[in-house]
Amino acid sequence: MKIPAAIVGAVALCLGGAANAQVTAERLLNASKEPQNWLMYNGDYAGHRYSTLEQIGVNNARGLVPKWAYQTMAGGKFETTPLVVDGILYGTGQDERAFALDAKTGRPIWQYQRALPRDIRPCCGRVNRGLAILGDKLFMGTLDAHVIALDTKTGAIVWDVTAVDYTKGYSFTLAPLVIKNLVLVGVSGGEYGIRGFIDAYDAATGERKWRFYTIPGKGEPGNETWEGESWKIGGSPAWITGTFDPETNTTFWTTGNPSPSNRGIGRAGDNLYADSLLALDPDTGKLKWYFQFTQHDEHDYDATQVPVMIDDGDKKLIAQANRNGFFYVIDRATGKLVLATNYAKVSWSKEKDANGRPIPAKEGSPTLEGNRVCPGAAGATNWMSPTYDPQTKLFYVTAREQCDVFSTAPQPYDAGHAYYGSAYFPNEDAEPFYGALRALDLKTGKPVWEWKHVSPTWSGVLSTAGGIVFTGDAEGNFIALDAKSGKALWHFQCGASVYSSPMTYLVDGKQFVVVAAGSTLFGFGLQ
Amino acid sequence: MKFQRDNWWRYGMRVVVCAVLIFDAKLSCAQTKNPYAGDAKVAKIGESQFRANCAFCHGLGARGGGRGPDLTRTPKKHGDSDAEIFGTINNGVPGTAMPPNGATQQGVGMTEEEIWQVVTYIRSVERKSNVVGNAAHGKELFYGLAACGTCHMVKGKGGRLGPDLTGAAAARSTDYLTESLRNPSKRLAQGISEAMKEFSQEYETANVTAADGTKYQGVVLNEDAFTVQILDTREILHLWEKSSLKSFEKTRQSLMPVYDEKALPEKDLQDLLAFLAASVAGGGK
Repeated sequence: MKIPAAIVGAVALCLGGAANAQVTAERLLNASKEPQNWLMYNGDYAGHRYSTLEQIGVNNARGLVPKWAYQTMAGGKFETTPLVVDGILYGTGQDERAFALDAKTGRPIWQYQRALPRDIRPCCGRVNRGLAILGDKLFMGTLDAHVIALDTKTGAIVWDVTAVDYTKGYSFTLAPLVIKNLVLVGVSGGEYGIRGFIDAYDAATGERKWRFYTIPGKGEPGNETWEGESWKIGGSPAWITGTFDPETNTTFWTTGNPSPSNRGIGRAGDNLYADSLLALDPDTGKLKWYFQFTQHDEHDYDATQVPVMIDDGDKKLIAQANRNGFFYVIDRATGKLVLATNYAKVSWSKEKDANGRPIPAKEGSPTLEGNRVCPGAAGATNWMSPTYDPQTKLFYVTAREQCDVFSTAPQPYDAGHAYYGSAYFPNEDAEPFYGALRALDLKTGKPVWEWKHVSPTWSGVLSTAGGIVFTGDAEGNFIALDAKSGKALWHFQCGASVYSSPMTYLVDGKQFVVVAAGSTLFGFGLQ
Repeated sequence: MKFQRDNWWRYGMRVVVCAVLIFDAKLSCAQTKNPYAGDAKVAKIGESQFRANCAFCHGLGARGGGRGPDLTRTPKKHGDSDAEIFGTINNGVPGTAMPPNGATQQGVGMTEEEIWQVVTYIRSVERKSNVVGNAAHGKELFYGLAACGTCHMVKGKGGRLGPDLTGAAAARSTDYLTESLRNPSKRLAQGISEAMKEFSQEYETANVTAADGTKYQGVVLNEDAFTVQILDTREILHLWEKSSLKSFEKTRQSLMPVYDEKALPEKDLQDLLAFLAASVAGGGK
C-alpha cells in the first residue's frame, strides 16, 4: 500500500502534540499504517522491514545527504535499529548505551549507560540491537542478563529484573518484542553451554509471566533428542527478535546452535529445539509447533534469522533465509515445509528427507585436522535483517559466499567459559570471500538479481515504497539500490563498516533513512 | 575480579595477593607472572582456548597462516616475556590485524586465567629459529641480483610496490615466506586492515584503462564498491572512481615474479631469509 507523503505528514500533524501520545498495543498491531514512525525492531509484526514511505524514490535518491549524525564515541559493533515515535528516536549503542534523540536534528534528549559488571560474558562484542516500546516505557535486554524498562522522557530506570545468572554465560543482545502487555526476550549464550529460553515479562511491573525453555526438560517431548545429560548445557539460544501473527495469536521465534557448536560427539540426536522455528502462544509461552532447520548441527548454523511472515494470496507463510544456506518457506498455520532451496553455496547437506527438508551429510562433520564445509562459520547470512517488499514480491537478503575449515576437539564444559568444541579456519581457496545482496523470488527461492559486495557485510536491508532497497557494506558505504534491478542509485561513505539494519521514518513531512556505522548513527534526507 | 570456577581455591592465593596490591581492578599484578609456567596440563587446556580464539589467524599448532604470525618462533616481535605476550593478547597490537582480547569476530574473549593458559600453550610449542643462511649475502641479493629491493623496502630502503618486509620474518613463518618467493600468487600478501572490517585488502593486481584510454598496471591499495586506490608499477598513486574508468580488472596473479630454483637456488633463498630475519633482530619492539 502506498500512502502519499503529504497525507502521512498531515496525519502526523493531526496527532498534534504527538510527542506525548502513548504507544498502545493497538498502535503496535497497526505499525505499518503509521509509516512516519518505526515502532519495533523490524518495523512491523510481520518482520518485513518495509516502509510505505515513498518521498525518497528511485528518481530523487541521488539527492540524499546526511542531515545529522549522532556519535556514541564507543568502539565495537554498533548494531542498533532505532525506534521512532512521533518525532523522537530511541536507540541503543555499544557498551550498553541507550539514547533518545530529536529525530529531526539528531540532538540528544537523554542518554543512558548501564554500569556493567567486569565479568560479563558476551560472546561477540558488547553489542545491543535495539529497544521495544509500550506506553511510556522502553524495554532493553542487557549483557548482564537483566531486562529493564526505561522512561521514554528521561531514560530513568522504571524497573530492572534479573532474568538469569550472567556468570554462567547468559546475556541479552536482541531488541525485545512487545505483544499486548508482555515484553518478550530471547537469551544469548550459545558459545557457553547455556540452556536457552524465551521469556515474557509484564510491561507494567517487570514480573515474569512465562518462560519457554528452547531445550525440553526431562520427561518432556524432545528431550530424547539429546544424549544423556547434554540437554542441560545444549545451548539453543534465541537471540533475534521474533514476529507475531495477531490473526492466530502466534508468535514466531528462532533458535541458535546446539552447544558445543562444532562438536556433535556427546550430544547424539537431533538436538531439539536448536536451530528451529518455534510457534508459541504469546499469552502462555506454550509451543504450538516447531520446525527444525538443521538437525544435530555441527557448524554453528544458528537459525537466528528473522522469520518473515508473508501472505501469498490466501497462503499464510513464513519465509526465512537461513544461515545454513537454504531459503525456507513454511506454512505458518501448520509448520509444514513448502520450499527449501539454497540461495548460496552449500556443501553440508547433499539430500533432502521425504518432506523436502535438507538433511546433514555425514562427511560434513568437523574433524580434528579440519574439514572444509560451505557455508562457513559466519553462515550464508547471519542476524542482519532481510526485507520483504510487497511491491516487487522479492525477499532481499544479505548473503555471504565463504567456506571454512571446521575443526573439532574435545572441550570440557566449565560454567561461564567458552564451550565450542573447537574452531574453524579460513580455507585456502584461491578466490577471496565475498558478499552479495540477493533479491530472491519467493516462489523459487532463486536470486532475480544480486548486488555484489567487495567483501561480506553485516548490514541488514530496508525496502521502501519508493522502490528502493537500502543496505550497507563492510567498506563503509551506505547504498540505495533500485529494488527492481539492483542498480545503485546513491551511496555515502560512512567511514566504517555497517553492522546494523537500516530503518526509515518521517518527521515534519520529511523522510529520513537511518543507519548505524562505526560509532555514528547517520540520518539521511533529501537535500 | 571474579573467579567462576568451582576449583576457586587453586587461584585463591593469587586473589589474595592481588586484592592486597590492587584496588582499581586493573589486575596489573596478575599480568606480570604466568602462574602456570611450564605446566604441561595447562598447556593442553591452553591449546583448546587457542583453537577457539587464535587459530583462525595463527593456524592450528600456532604455526601461522596467511593472516597471522607463526607463534612457534622466538623471540616474539611484540615482546617475548610471558607478561608481554599476555599484554599482546589482552591489548592487541595497534596498527595490525591483532585485536584486543574479546574484540574479534572469532572467539568469545578470554578471561585472564584463559589468557595465561594460552601463553603457557604458546611456550610449549616454541622452537629455535631454523634460519641457517648468510644474512650479508642475503642483503647483497636483496638489493642486487635478486632485485627484491626494486619493489620491497627493508628499514626504509627499497621500492614501494610490494609489502614493506621489515619485520616480515617475525610476522610470517619461514614456510610462508618461502612459498611467497617460490609461488607468489598462491596466497597474496595482505595490505591495509580497516578498523571494523573483517578482511584485509590483499595485494591484487589491477589492470586499468583510464577515461583517456591510457592503460595502467599496479597493485590495489584499497577498494570499495565505488572507488579504487592503486599504486601503479611506476609508483604513482591513482585514486579513481570506478565509474570514471573505461575498464578495471583485477587478477590474483601477483605482480611479483616467481623465484623458482633456477632463479633463486635454495642456498640463496636461505641467505635472503637470513637477511629478513636479521632485519627483525633488536629492531622489532
